[in-house]
Amino acid sequence: MSRFRVAVQVVPRRGLLDPQGKAVADALHTLGFGGVVAVHVGRHLMLDLDAADEETARRQTREMCERLLANPVTEDYEIAEVTPS
Amino acid sequence: MKFGIVTFPGSNCDYDTYHAVVDTLGEEAVMLWHKDHDLQGSDVVVLPGGFSYGDYLRPGAIARFSPIMQEVVQHAERGGPVIGICNGFQIACEAGLLPGALLRNASLKFVCAPIHLRVESNDSLFTSRYERGQSIVLPIAHGDGRYSADDDTLDRLEGEGQVVFRFAPSTLEAQEAYNPNGSMRDIAGIVNGAGNVLGMMPHPERAVDALLGSADGLPLFESILQRVAA
Repeated sequence: MSRFRVAVQVVPRRGLLDPQGKAVADALHTLGFGGVVAVHVGRHLMLDLDAADEETARRQTREMCERLLANPVTEDYEIAEVTPS
Repeated sequence: MKFGIVTFPGSNCDYDTYHAVVDTLGEEAVMLWHKDHDLQGSDVVVLPGGFSYGDYLRPGAIARFSPIMQEVVQHAERGGPVIGICNGFQIACEAGLLPGALLRNASLKFVCAPIHLRVESNDSLFTSRYERGQSIVLPIAHGDGRYSADDDTLDRLEGEGQVVFRFAPSTLEAQEAYNPNGSMRDIAGIVNGAGNVLGMMPHPERAVDALLGSADGLPLFESILQRVAA
């Protein structure tokens, strides 16, 4: 059993109205960052997870995302990083 | 008839529902704690409004795994009536009892106001005491009420008559903005395919007494009585 630190990103599905992202983009434009084309605001989750190996950690995290951490109707998730900790 | 009202940590409309059922409707109600595994013989289960689990992660995402939800899902699968109001609607969607999801209001604002609805169907277990097309006023109080689903799901809901309440102008001529949260196709309330699970963002339980602004929610409860008792 090893301990892993897993980073997961959950973002609103592209194409769905993301009023929060749009509000942030508008604010950035106001600050003069005219090059900002789009912003999507999501969640970043950090898990400390005990698992037999990295593959198991990834598989368990995927299952967590599908069952709880992300809403399959409206959100996409990405396991950004799995590192031994 | 016995209504079972589930209290999650953070529910805050459970006693409004109790008041509507017991004091106004004159029926029996039992409060069900979310950690219980017993519906105590409830004929109808209500998932009330509030902020279960502080809306952590997503509204309803954690409440759907409360122990009692196993019994609520079984009750629904047996054809038992379930009403999810506001946070209860969010929980019902997260639990897969209803399709779609409720997202942050398009305005990013929490909206607390009486709003106009159109009753789209009086063919359901929950709306038989309304007229089809009737304009009613119910209060809303939510920050995450923007109903969203993919186009196929929306088409199916509309095609099968599962959209029972829609945000609508107060009159046909009225030009005011009427959709308070940006929900797709102005959806305010839907039923599942079998017709025994209702989810809605507006609060019928807070509109059962004209003295408090509106009694337009009362026919919803009376509809259930009429249909389930029959």
